[in-house]
Amino acid sequence: MKPQEKSLESTMTDHFPRPEGTPLTLDWFETHAVNLSAAQRRAATLPTRRSVKKDWQAAWLLRAITCIDLTTLAGDDTEGRVQRLCAKAKAPVRADILEALGIERLTVGAVCVYPTMVGHAVKALEGSGIPVASVATGFPAGLTPLPLRLGEIRYAVEQGAKEIDIVITREHVLRGNWSALYDEMRQMREACGDAHMKAILATGDLKTLSNVYKASMVAMQAGSDFIKTSTGKEDVNATLPVSLTMVRALRDYKDRTGQMVGFKPAGGLKTAKDAMNWLILMKEELGTRFMMPDLFRIGASSMLGDIERQLEHHITGRYSAANRHALA
Amino acid sequence: MPSIKDIMQTMEYGPAPESNAEVKAWLSTRSAGIGHFIDGKFTSADGDLIDVVNPATEDVISRVAKGSAADVDAAVAAARAAFPKWSALPGHERAKYLYAIARHIQKRERFFSVLETMDNGKTIRETRDIDIPLVARHFYHHAGWAELVADEFPQHKPVGVCGQIIPWNFPLLMLAWKVAPALAAGNTVVLKPADLTPMTAHAFAELLVEIGLPAGVVNIVQGDGETGAAIAGHPGVDKVAFTGSTDVGRIIRRQIAGSGKKLSLELGGKSPFIVLEDADLDAAVEGVVDAIWFNQGEVCCAGSRLLVQEGVAPRFFEKLKARMATLRVGDPLDKTMDMGAVVSMKQLSRIKALLKAGEQEGATLNLAPVALPEKGAFCTPGFFTNSHPANSVSQVEIFGPVATTLTFRTLDEAVALANDTRYGLAASVWSENVNRAIELAARVKAGVVWINATNMFDAAAPFGGYRESGYGREGGRTGMLEYLTTGWDKQGKVRATSAAPIDVAPATGKADHAAIDVTAKLYIGGKQARPDGGQSYTVFGKGGAAIGEAGLANRKDVRNAVEAANKANAWGGVTAHNRAQVLYFLAENLEQRRDEFVAALAATGAVAKPEDEFEAAIRRCFWYAAQADKFDGSVTATKSQHVTMTVNEPYGTIGVVAPDEAPLLALLSLILPAVTMGNRVVAVASQAHPLIAARLYQVFETSDIPAGVVNLLTGERDVLAKTLAEHDDVAALWYCGSEDGSRMVEVASAGNLKPVWSDLGRLRDWRDTRFGQGQEYLRRASQVKTIWLPYGE
Repeated sequence: MKPQEKSLESTMTDHFPRPEGTPLTLDWFETHAVNLSAAQRRAATLPTRRSVKKDWQAAWLLRAITCIDLTTLAGDDTEGRVQRLCAKAKAPVRADILEALGIERLTVGAVCVYPTMVGHAVKALEGSGIPVASVATGFPAGLTPLPLRLGEIRYAVEQGAKEIDIVITREHVLRGNWSALYDEMRQMREACGDAHMKAILATGDLKTLSNVYKASMVAMQAGSDFIKTSTGKEDVNATLPVSLTMVRALRDYKDRTGQMVGFKPAGGLKTAKDAMNWLILMKEELGTRFMMPDLFRIGASSMLGDIERQLEHHITGRYSAANRHALA
Repeated sequence: MPSIKDIMQTMEYGPAPESNAEVKAWLSTRSAGIGHFIDGKFTSADGDLIDVVNPATEDVISRVAKGSAADVDAAVAAARAAFPKWSALPGHERAKYLYAIARHIQKRERFFSVLETMDNGKTIRETRDIDIPLVARHFYHHAGWAELVADEFPQHKPVGVCGQIIPWNFPLLMLAWKVAPALAAGNTVVLKPADLTPMTAHAFAELLVEIGLPAGVVNIVQGDGETGAAIAGHPGVDKVAFTGSTDVGRIIRRQIAGSGKKLSLELGGKSPFIVLEDADLDAAVEGVVDAIWFNQGEVCCAGSRLLVQEGVAPRFFEKLKARMATLRVGDPLDKTMDMGAVVSMKQLSRIKALLKAGEQEGATLNLAPVALPEKGAFCTPGFFTNSHPANSVSQVEIFGPVATTLTFRTLDEAVALANDTRYGLAASVWSENVNRAIELAARVKAGVVWINATNMFDAAAPFGGYRESGYGREGGRTGMLEYLTTGWDKQGKVRATSAAPIDVAPATGKADHAAIDVTAKLYIGGKQARPDGGQSYTVFGKGGAAIGEAGLANRKDVRNAVEAANKANAWGGVTAHNRAQVLYFLAENLEQRRDEFVAALAATGAVAKPEDEFEAAIRRCFWYAAQADKFDGSVTATKSQHVTMTVNEPYGTIGVVAPDEAPLLALLSLILPAVTMGNRVVAVASQAHPLIAARLYQVFETSDIPAGVVNLLTGERDVLAKTLAEHDDVAALWYCGSEDGSRMVEVASAGNLKPVWSDLGRLRDWRDTRFGQGQEYLRRASQVKTIWLPYGE
């Protein structure tokens, strides 16, 4: 490795202190309004203002793969299903394609499963360095009693999950009960211990962008490591205007506290084009550092297949087919 | 070239060039140069050719002919010859042509986008996503007007041959804004593109051949300012439409004064962009990107003065600086650029000189941290802080990617700063509080107001300015009226020159002596005022006998009257119902003095049927009282989740100059519509029969008309008219007098570019309701403000 590359590598993965949150500070968000039409305009023009082509596109798509939380959250998940997913997580792109692109090793960002599947995933991923993320806290509705939700977090951590995707109580947002929301999430963060807490806002239920901004701010003040858009089970999942609102909250929070919190859009991101659009969003609104997997994740399952086809097309010049790539 | 592995770390964008191979091939087959398009044929490029330069590369991409007087003659002759048949076509037939143009623009959209980018320097993203789609939209919309024009404007007919001169900042879009309504209304066109950007107009002419537009309907003459002047001044041109600088707008106004040509001007601006403390600041920052860094800031309606409320100003400016860090400036054909090149090296040095002057005045220039290409007319975007209204950069249109900033404390102060400009094209207001946003939208003097948005355009939404930003609107129903005429106001017989000379010496041979002497004064600010000059002039009546004396107003009386009128600005804010009541009450009080007025009219010796004139005057009061709460704006369908409102706003102070015929009815016919719409009036009564005015102000005094709303002067018509025309605080002028006087006031109006409605000295039948009253009067008494209000949470 050339010295220049090394220094580049180190700046892009420099460690930063884990965000610790702040006391609940209402005046950072209570009167904050987000203008819907302006957010929609910005979101609509982000992908048209930027275009990434050729090798750059291939590199960006590979980067997107490293940010994917490869996910299965279905009622019929089994150990076998989880093992297959983990195998794909370790080898997300066919070896010959990787070689042609000049890349030695590539994995996804994490594998995301239900708490009872964490053990299977940890076992399957042993030695790969890929963390296991677990949803918890009565996913997806989050309306089980708090002690049970906290117990669920502790269970998942005991099983070996390094990241916990918690869901917030939407009622607290819809009724503006910020202290209740904050207190609950503080307890969840405590239950996570060393595991990173990713707070799912379920933005499709919050409806307004102003609600999204406020919930983002409370989640960060309560010490979230990531804020995440959706469970994938709401009527509307990750959209660009919602994501824009969340990353702007994240930027405001960073400006006020110096703490770096990550962002995870989830649900509805299915194509390579989606991956590019969200990467553009991160680069434009937060900067290049926020395109790395310690600060950016994409919750997706089918997106990977589309990216694989695009990468093969990049190499061969021929459009690819799904059956040429391994199933997740 | 970096490896894929490297890029995975740097996450740079890399190049994303749009191919221009086809356009280059097209240019190479036209390497001999671009000529004109006259009578359906392309002329060869002869004479001294002007280089057409791609400002991003400084390459000469073509050469263009400079249209001579003979070329303009030929083009006007072709347009004139094509007019009878084109204007007589059923609207549906014209609609089919406009529809074909719209369709073909869409079919050739990439070609036009690339060509425009190469010619102008703006980014391919903007030509592809904004300019060309708006061009197609404009032709679609006007295909609709062509279809409907006979139904929707039954009293109107096309104007004739339209001379159109367009700028270089949106070359094809400005062509569309000019050509589409002209053709829809049934006019024919002679258009001159800017010599800096002639290419898309030439390609458009080729497209017209492709769709088979009849020869002569659209003629394109290439050239510079001289060519433009030849078009504007050509006697065969009936209407001049100009978009460009305010200075050239003034020149054209003077040049065609007295010609009777219809004129619309879309000129410069220094538009305020107002950020209130309750705004979504991130949204407003992005708004600035779309306001001043759109099209390299070469936008007449650019939000170029950022007005930010003090409490949020530091945070806002910090956010703006951070936003500048991600701006990308470079090759406009690269799809990943926010800004391309400004239109020419000359324009670049003009911008730079202005920026330097700003820094010398003490303002701080904050520039985006971008590396510019070594070659080409590229300009670093930025904004000034510590800039003040007194700085030249806060007043002069920079027409580049740099805004000035001001802070304000209160809404009132925001309004004062926003309106502290000669211009009035557009404004942008950012607030999450609809009460405050709409109050600002109402109080700012601008033809277009965007709330929580900026630089939005739609073919259905009228666009155009207040004050020195010009007059006339483009787009929608209002825009169509610029290309239609009723024609009646200039078709009467020529008015006899005023026979009555002004005589201030004592007159002998007075016909009958009143029991007590009558003193006819002026009426200024709600008070009867003696003329400043201390002079009166003798008034002659029936049989040439002296019947009294009228005050002889001078320049200072005009000044005083205008000042009083401007103070009475509350009139524009009272309810329409309130204004209606006052007008009804005026009729009531006038009626009570019927006999007296009829006798006074008879005494003038100039009114054949005094009873009829008086009756018509009463009816006129009722008609405008009725209109006061009915001549309304509308809501226009533009984008979804947007309410786009057009509001008819008063100008402010309107000067009206009455003719000698129908001394009561004509005077009232001019005053009433202006007052109905909320204007204040400085009226000059008939020079020959001024005594009616002295009776009339007594009626005004008793009719609850607030002081200063109507001011009446008597004296030498053209002296007073000239002073009014020159006055920078008079917003519009209506003149009924002589042909020479019409020319005189139109020339004099160029100072503040007030719209002038003059009658070229033609008599008007004031009693005929087709001519003496109507919507035409109300339209001319109001200016359209278009307010864009997006909604949704």
